[in-house]
Amino acid sequence: MNDETRINRVNRFISTLNQARELGLNATDAGEGYLVMELPYSDKIIGNPDTGVIHGGAITTLMDTASGSVMICGLDEFELCPTLDLRVDYMRPAEPRKPVYARAETYKITRNIIFTRCEAYQEGGETIANCVGTFMRIGKEATPKSYRDQITGGEE
Amino acid sequence: MTDPEILCYTQETGDFSRMMESIPYASWIGLQCDRFGDDLIFRLPAKEENLGNPILPAIHGGVIGGFMEMSAAIYLIMSQDTFRMPRIVDFSLDYLRAGLNRETYAECRLTRQGNRVANVMISAWQKSRSQPIATARAHFLLED
Repeated sequence: MNDETRINRVNRFISTLNQARELGLNATDAGEGYLVMELPYSDKIIGNPDTGVIHGGAITTLMDTASGSVMICGLDEFELCPTLDLRVDYMRPAEPRKPVYARAETYKITRNIIFTRCEAYQEGGETIANCVGTFMRIGKEATPKSYRDQITGGEE
Repeated sequence: MTDPEILCYTQETGDFSRMMESIPYASWIGLQCDRFGDDLIFRLPAKEENLGNPILPAIHGGVIGGFMEMSAAIYLIMSQDTFRMPRIVDFSLDYLRAGLNRETYAECRLTRQGNRVANVMISAWQKSRSQPIATARAHFLLED
C-alpha cells in the first residue's frame, strides 16, 4: 500500500465520523505505521473566550481520531479498532487562530492489541500535548463488508 | 468561565445555563449541568454531530473525553471558595462500553486537593450509574 492510498483510506474513514467532520479533521501525511492529522482553528471549539485558546477536549478528539485511524496505515486490511484507553499529557495551551497537528504512530501491533503514540503540535511551535493509547482488535469481520469497502474504495 | 459575575450567579442560583453559554466548546457539544444539593450531575444530550462510529452508532470517544474533561474543570471551579482557574495537566481515560447515541451523564469526585494541584475522578454512564461507559482521572493546576 502506498502513502497516497493510506491518506485516502484515512480521509474516507474519518469522513464517516460526524464529529471528525464537524471539526474539519483531515489527514495531511501518512506512511507505514504513521499519520499526520490537522485540526483547523474555529471559534466553536474555544474553551477560554478571554484568550481564544481552544478546549483540551478538541485536542483529545484530534488525538483520539489520529490514534484510532493510524492502524489503517499499519495494517493491510481495514479493521475498526475500539479505544481501550487514552492518556493525554498537556504541555502548553495551543496558540489561537492556528491549526493544530497530530502525528500518530503505531509502535506495537499484536494479535489483540494496538499500542499507539501521538504528539500534538503547531507549525514552528513546541509540543502541545502527548498521548498514548491502546486499541482493541476485534477483527475485520466485526465490521460490515460494505463499510470496509467504503473505506478501502473497494481496492483491496 | 472567567467572568466572576457569571460564576457568582451560577453559585447562587444553581442555574448553569449562562456559564455554559459563556464557554463555546461546552455549548457546542451541548454540555449541561444540574445541581442537587451540593452534588453536580453533568449531562450530554444525544446529538448527531457528536457521533463517531457510524455503524453502532456511538458517540465519538474524543467527545466523551472532552465532556468528562470539561465537567471536571467546572466541578473544580464550583468546589472552591475563591475563584482559581484550573489548567489541565493530564487526563487518563478508560473506555469501558460504547457510548450509544443517547443522553450521557457524568459525576466527579475530588480525590485530592493540594496547594497547587487537584486530582479529580470522573465517571460517565448512560443506562445506569453502576454500568459506566468510561472512567477518567485528571490532574489540574490551580492558578490564582
